[in-house]
Amino acid sequence: MELQEFIKNFANQFEETDSSVFTKDTVFKNLDEWSSLLALSIIAMVDEQYGVALKGDDIRSANTIEDLYNIIKSKK
Amino acid sequence: MYNPFSLENKTILVTGASSGIGRAIAIECSKMGASIIITGRNEERLKETHTQMEGNKPDYIVADLSNSDDVQNLSENITSLNGLVNCAGLTKVLPFPFAERKDFEEVMEVNFFAPTELSRLLVKLKKMQKGASIVFISSVSGVYCSAAAGSIYSSSKGAIHGLAKAMALDLAPKGIRVNCVNPGMIDTNIFSEGKITQEQLNEDMKRYPLKRYGKPEEVAYAVIYLLSDAAEWITGSNLLIDGGYTLL
Repeated sequence: MELQEFIKNFANQFEETDSSVFTKDTVFKNLDEWSSLLALSIIAMVDEQYGVALKGDDIRSANTIEDLYNIIKSKK
Repeated sequence: MYNPFSLENKTILVTGASSGIGRAIAIECSKMGASIIITGRNEERLKETHTQMEGNKPDYIVADLSNSDDVQNLSENITSLNGLVNCAGLTKVLPFPFAERKDFEEVMEVNFFAPTELSRLLVKLKKMQKGASIVFISSVSGVYCSAAAGSIYSSSKGAIHGLAKAMALDLAPKGIRVNCVNPGMIDTNIFSEGKITQEQLNEDMKRYPLKRYGKPEEVAYAVIYLLSDAAEWITGSNLLIDGGYTLL
């Protein structure tokens, strides 16, 4: 599992936000497009791509995309 | 005492009685005088329900209704019923692009195929008495509305909705009534897998005109009504229990 690839997969769940916006430091919950459905899409993507079952609280405790990446890594 | 909602002298099978809504239905119906046969997968939790029930308590039956042998055995072992409450159910929260056939199958198995087959066998084996009442726990989801990432659950409850209507017609000549109750969100551990946070649930709760989620007992009271002789002329109906959720 690699950070750049994760950022790409993460960005891929969004429709309106340009992919250039997404870096490891993006505070994703501040994005206009962020929603509870997107949170569920991220959880589903992580399960599908990385075989890790995230909880809503994991998303809640992460600020940046890298934070979330590290949570997933720790659960792998 | 005058009580048209009494369940005295009725024997009723409740599935999914080891937790949540099923447990509350088993307990409340027993308090209304019914003899309740409970079934579920988890023996420990089934025992807990059994302990909390009152009055005449037949033995609980451990069964996995997604296993066709268990369904067959359960149907054969039961002698006679005045009521059946199909409560066993689960949910799987996945945004539609991620909801694969296997996910639908997993939920449909428990929420749709299992109660369908159990009901069918009980009728076919003539275990449901004349005047018996079959109640399905449907939902607001899939019948009146849906929720984010709810395609799988909504499909299963929508299927139950259609099934109940057709069953009501086909079983009317046998004097068997078939109805659904349609709860909004009820305080149970249905989201225990944790994809939805408590914070999100608290936020969601505010969308209910009555400003809270329902209690399992509040579903049980509606089920008691549909099981009782007070509902003798009611079949093929939906009873909405949603704190006003679908008004908006």
